[in-house]
Amino acid sequence: MAELKSKDVLGLEHMSADEIQLILDTADSMREIIDRPIKQVPTLRGRNVLSLFYESSTRTKISFDLACRYLSAGAVSVAKSGSSLDKGESLRDTVRNVEVMGPELVIMRHPSGGAPHYLAQNVTSSVINAGDGYHEHPTQGLLDMMSVRRRTGTLEGLKVTIVGDLFHSRVARSDIWGFQKMGSEVVVSAPSTLIPPDIEEMGCRVEPRVEDALKDADVVCVLRLQLERQKQSFFPSVREYHALYGINARRLGLARPGALLMHPGPMNRGVEITTDIADGPQSIILDQVPNGVAVRMALLYLLLGGGE
Amino acid sequence: MQKILIKGGHVIDPGNGRDTKADLLVEGNRIAAIGDQLTVEGAEVVDAEGCTVSPGFVDLHVHLREPGFEYKEDIFTGTRAAARGGFTSIVCMPNTEPVIDDETGVRFVRDKAGQHGAVRVYPAGAVTKGQKGEEIAEIGLMHEAGAKMFSDDGLPVVSARVMSTALTYSKMFGVPISTHEEDPTLAGDGAVNFGRISTLMGLPGMPEEAETVMIARDLELCRRVGGHLHIGHVSTARSVALIAGAKEDGVNVTCEVTPHHLTLTEDLVRESDYDTNTKMKPPLRTESDRRALVTALREGIIDAVATDHAPHSFDDKDREYIFADNGIVGLETAFALLHDRLVLPGDLPLHRLIEALTAAPARILGVDAGTLREGALADIAILRTDQEWAVNPGDFASKGRNTPLVGWSLTGKVETVLVDGKIVMRGGELL
Repeated sequence: MAELKSKDVLGLEHMSADEIQLILDTADSMREIIDRPIKQVPTLRGRNVLSLFYESSTRTKISFDLACRYLSAGAVSVAKSGSSLDKGESLRDTVRNVEVMGPELVIMRHPSGGAPHYLAQNVTSSVINAGDGYHEHPTQGLLDMMSVRRRTGTLEGLKVTIVGDLFHSRVARSDIWGFQKMGSEVVVSAPSTLIPPDIEEMGCRVEPRVEDALKDADVVCVLRLQLERQKQSFFPSVREYHALYGINARRLGLARPGALLMHPGPMNRGVEITTDIADGPQSIILDQVPNGVAVRMALLYLLLGGGE
Repeated sequence: MQKILIKGGHVIDPGNGRDTKADLLVEGNRIAAIGDQLTVEGAEVVDAEGCTVSPGFVDLHVHLREPGFEYKEDIFTGTRAAARGGFTSIVCMPNTEPVIDDETGVRFVRDKAGQHGAVRVYPAGAVTKGQKGEEIAEIGLMHEAGAKMFSDDGLPVVSARVMSTALTYSKMFGVPISTHEEDPTLAGDGAVNFGRISTLMGLPGMPEEAETVMIARDLELCRRVGGHLHIGHVSTARSVALIAGAKEDGVNVTCEVTPHHLTLTEDLVRESDYDTNTKMKPPLRTESDRRALVTALREGIIDAVATDHAPHSFDDKDREYIFADNGIVGLETAFALLHDRLVLPGDLPLHRLIEALTAAPARILGVDAGTLREGALADIAILRTDQEWAVNPGDFASKGRNTPLVGWSLTGKVETVLVDGKIVMRGGELL
């Protein structure tokens, strides 16, 4: 039986196409559970999962919590605010405490790239990276791939265009690695101040003009614009960003007819994406959310060996 | 008077153009004679057969951390680490708590080093009061108290006007101003070099121009007002090009490079999977930067090697990458690393490496060190260029164990060290 090579899921860069395939296939069966009226199965009864969120999160945290609940795993979440995570406890001490409390799997979100790697190196539990700095967000990458694959049947040969703040985006990095491993072509576009240096080394193509990037795209992935970046002078105003890089019906029309539109959320409507298309027929944004739960269920199942 | 005869070694003394097999006689704290087949009645003989006999090394850039951060390092342990690395004279940086920005601070370090130090210590005084970059510190009084160099190291002198004033003022005393070239608006919260590694690892980057624009500024200031500008830890190819141009124009500038920037690149951040011992300022750069640094050192555009020995406690480094302290230790691995990685492959002649560790930094500092001339102070390092050893931080004399070289096998070892005519290390063991 196919299985994951590592005890941890830290990123898609080092994951093989076979592993991604396995996760997506497993996630498809998990999605069936979510679509049932009674969603809970006993698969992971008696198993325990701990979530450490050093950065605020609503969607990802709820998604992991529900994934645990649907599989009957015990779940404890700790958010930074008001906990020892906020009291200057070192990551080492947190890790040591986690280890002796004995959860079988730890989910971590953290503002520093590499923090989940540190955790994974120091605990025997499995670790899932729920977003580290602007390094990777593998579960988001997986749910994006799953959402597309359920519509198109395959990721092979698709042109995936990612538009937005690539510089600070862990979602973009996981999408770039993941889609390419599954045979898609990835094109990225952003204002020049929001393109990280040497991003071509990841294998994607950079198109500075959004119109060029969107041409013949099968999938358009719009990234969230963190509005506070404007104060750091990455772009002059929200108005100008919207005018130059906002995805609207006219720009979406440059993609292939019926191209799929995604956004990892939360959206700034009227900034990086307009309401008409966000809620329009090409949008699969509301598919992404339950698929996110399914992908996380799949990872819990695969890492905790639910089949045993 | 105590006599020590160092017999049978190959003496490399670039300051005096000597590169030959010779015996060396130490009487008291001075070098009494250098010659062929010396025999001296009643002298203690140190067998240096198969060894290289070098002047003791001079390090222009060390953090001894005392006062204030004794949990990271202190004058006793830091100077012992220096001796273990063959360094017999070191400059310690003033970014302590309190900052060494007046004569009391300078005297404190000198006195403490005089009592407990294994090697000679020259405290650098701060350029500005409290290293705040606002008003120049009492450079004249600190100079009288024994400071030979001035630096706000750890921080740049952000104001061009203050830097200009410091250079102008320092001319009265003929002392170098050593700089930490980093434009804070460009460096931001960068943790690694800005480029492919920052992109791939999702870490904030520090661009090379954070260093080069400040170097360009300071070269222009020095060109205009004079003084002696000494640029600390250069790390990029463009830095070297700017300095080479200014030197050609006759600007009074010198510079130094660290062993790690000469041998390691940003790729180590990735290969080590976020090891925080790859985090320092300036950050490890690219392979083409590294090669340019080696070439510049070989050609003398870069004058000196300086370690930027930056000890930290385990806890200060055992953190998330973006939160970990900057810097690594260097004193106890500098010679071995450079010999193994640059001299053995043929990228740097041993003679030039020793010059960059001895005569060149001594000249910059304006002290009578780094020489084996007859009559000079007997500060000597005896080196085994054929000995391989594995880096084990547990063996360090430094309190700092923060090195990315753990387990590295290096060929080239410091065997015996004399400071002021006294043997402080023998057979690789500190006495």
